[in-house]
Amino acid sequence: MASGIRDKVAILGMGCSKFGERWADSTEDLAVEAFDEALADAGIDVSQIGAAWLGAAIDTVNIGPSGIPLAMALRLPDIPVTKVENYCVSGSESLRGAVYAVASGAVDIALAFGMEKLKDTGYGGLPARTRGTMYDMIGVAGSAPGFFAQLASAYRAKYGFSREDLKRSIAHVSVKSHDNGAKNPKAHLRKPITEERVLNAPLVADPLGLFDCCGVSDGAACAIVTTPEIARSLGKKELVTVKALSLCVSNGWELQGSGWDGSYFHTTRVAAKAAYKEAGITDPRKELSLLEVHDCFSVTELVTMEDLGVSEDGGAMKDVLDGVFDADGELPCQIDGGLKCFGHPIGASGLRMLYENYLQILGRAGNRQRQDEPVYGLSHNLGGMPYQNASAVVIVGREDA
Amino acid sequence: MVGIRAFGGYVPRMRLQRASALAATGWFAPGLKGLAKGERSFCSWDEDAITMSVEAARDCLGDKDRGSISRLILASTSHTFADRQNSTIVKEALNLTDSVAALDVSGSKRCATSALIDAFYAVEGNAGDTLCVATECNSQKPGSEGEFTSGHAAAGLLISKDDCCANLLGVHSVSIDFVDHFRKDGEEFDYAWEARWVREEGYGKIVVSTINDALRKLGIDASQIDDFILGAPIRKVSEAVAKKVGISADAVVDNLDAVLGDAGAAQPFVLLSHLLERAAPNQKIMLVGFGGGCDVIILETTNVVSNARSIKGISGYLKDRDPIDNYVKYLSLSGFLELERGMRAEFDQKPILTAQYRERKTVLGLVGGKCSQTGEIQFPKTPVSVARTERAVYTQEDYPLAETPAKILTFTADHLTFSPLPPAYYGNIEFEGGGRMLAEFCDVGEESLEVGMPLRMVFRIKAIDDRRGFSQYFWKATPDRDQLNKA
Repeated sequence: MASGIRDKVAILGMGCSKFGERWADSTEDLAVEAFDEALADAGIDVSQIGAAWLGAAIDTVNIGPSGIPLAMALRLPDIPVTKVENYCVSGSESLRGAVYAVASGAVDIALAFGMEKLKDTGYGGLPARTRGTMYDMIGVAGSAPGFFAQLASAYRAKYGFSREDLKRSIAHVSVKSHDNGAKNPKAHLRKPITEERVLNAPLVADPLGLFDCCGVSDGAACAIVTTPEIARSLGKKELVTVKALSLCVSNGWELQGSGWDGSYFHTTRVAAKAAYKEAGITDPRKELSLLEVHDCFSVTELVTMEDLGVSEDGGAMKDVLDGVFDADGELPCQIDGGLKCFGHPIGASGLRMLYENYLQILGRAGNRQRQDEPVYGLSHNLGGMPYQNASAVVIVGREDA
Repeated sequence: MVGIRAFGGYVPRMRLQRASALAATGWFAPGLKGLAKGERSFCSWDEDAITMSVEAARDCLGDKDRGSISRLILASTSHTFADRQNSTIVKEALNLTDSVAALDVSGSKRCATSALIDAFYAVEGNAGDTLCVATECNSQKPGSEGEFTSGHAAAGLLISKDDCCANLLGVHSVSIDFVDHFRKDGEEFDYAWEARWVREEGYGKIVVSTINDALRKLGIDASQIDDFILGAPIRKVSEAVAKKVGISADAVVDNLDAVLGDAGAAQPFVLLSHLLERAAPNQKIMLVGFGGGCDVIILETTNVVSNARSIKGISGYLKDRDPIDNYVKYLSLSGFLELERGMRAEFDQKPILTAQYRERKTVLGLVGGKCSQTGEIQFPKTPVSVARTERAVYTQEDYPLAETPAKILTFTADHLTFSPLPPAYYGNIEFEGGGRMLAEFCDVGEESLEVGMPLRMVFRIKAIDDRRGFSQYFWKATPDRDQLNKA
């Protein structure tokens, strides 16, 4: 009988590069920036790392299809390095690889890495790319905003909200994240925005305007993980441990079956339920201290509040407007600025979310620090489209929680 | 007795306002001012001779059993492929059985009437029911007379020995190398000779003498002709020919010049299909095709014609229109002007021919699966059923979805992704009775999309591979305006 991951693995150190348009820097520069921070935080030498996982998603314009670029960039000590890709959830996949390796006892210390250099693609937004032979023949070569914008149409139809009310609510999602990102020196976009500006921005995919979409940037983030025992033996006192790791991948039911109404993420609901069970959380809205969700688009964040069970179904719009998820609200969401302000260098995003939860739990988040001593931080990483996706939920917390 | 059992047609929704064409090109060709009235139909970027044929055939066949069709003939001077059987693509889209014989014909604007004559003979000789489709989306040079006079359309006729709404009385043909215009293989545009010569020597002599010979041969007097169809791109030429041969001026069928234009090889079929929509029994119809000679076909309607209907018919499609008064938009959608498309248009649309062959029923026929174990309907058909109640492996039977009404589950208007006609509309749709897919929406009109909106499926170009010269076809969903207007 599987006993779950709770408290079997601790985070020894983390690093995160500055995200943004890093025109002058290569993927290797970004990798070293994140890795050296993590190495110093962990207080170990590179020779102590036993295995590494690399999440990266757009290899045609990025680093290529293997783990070799990471091993070369960091001069890893002749260890196994595996590249993983699962759309935009690739960063969380690399964490799963590293955490499970440590939990299995196969290695003492493992590295989870994510990096992506989207600003070398030449695109505004994510590049157009194949999604497989069959999909390309019968699917739609749409854009990410177009795929996620459809949530709004179904959500409105389900609960009877007007387009205007929905637009205002998701505008607040973005305004809130920009307020937070303005305080974060590692964020890409650091200017507060007004609701009026969000509402008047040009449409990208109806009803999503420019400020409903996250940025596109370069960045890298990583975590060094080990067992709590080894972490303590290395001199760590306050530990952040992994409480839950869950992943759910669409099997085609939403797209091809019957019953899904298009307004929510089936996978997130399944992954959240499994994560809460693994972490022993029964009332997420009360017990969770922080949320870092996959706000690729404002409307994604809105419905994710319901999918994670922190808002009632149909109640997220009200909670958002009531400020529940603001930095000083009941349950802050994207206190670091989120994908909205960091942008979304795909492989790095899942680990960047984890980085903020890690800092906040350790009280190291500077002027963004939540004052009520965070206990549990949830990160939610999503890849694909609403009708066909992979959704990861990672919960970390104080070891004693 | 052999005759026409069913008829139908298709006219693209886009209608170029001729006045706007003159406003754009009149500085260069002021002589075209007299033609700058009304509108002409033209294919949007995702329509061509093949897609129009599929829609015309569907309009013709309605809910008739397609199993009785033995042969499919496709006539056009603007076939999409010079070497890939165009009619076979139509056959796949109509989900006809593989044992149907498919044939492309071309060569002149007379090719459709010649194909029809051939079909009559074949059916008479027990070849079996023959679906004869004519389609035309020829290119006319911007600023040319042809740009004003031509139009794009298709029409289909089902030739049979049973239940005919119009029976064949007889035919007569001549073949004469009278070159009023020509287009060498591989060339995009026609080269035309002086219209006065064409009118006087071509229509005035060759057509007139062929009609006279046909009437004599069949023992029919010109005055007995109730409806005279001569698809000709020259104004008043039908009336002039009718007068010369003694057919009453009232019998001359409206050539739809004001609302459609001349659809080349397809024009006789388009006009005949349009006429049959409102024809009474016992009318004698003369159908003429001209080009490298002349075909004359004489038909007589039966009692069946009063109840014969196509789904929308030429008249239905003529009413469902999108007037385009932006000449640059027309040029761009027609491929005559390349606007900056951006990086997203660089996405390689290379066809995977092995997969396309393997999945041809799915891709071209929109055939899904119905699980014999759970009853679940799905698209596409897959080895393991999508049903969540039980695991069913290789239990799905073919389940055609092209004729099944659908409705919108989710939608968006995407301004970021590349589309030759932005924004790109798409979303998840659900078929009546079950089955879902992600679909592009085409021909979205003034009405805004809403969840639950009724849709019908149409066969369109999905992607164009400019590098290799290939068109990828698939099905799209279009708002069902007939349903919407009823509601």
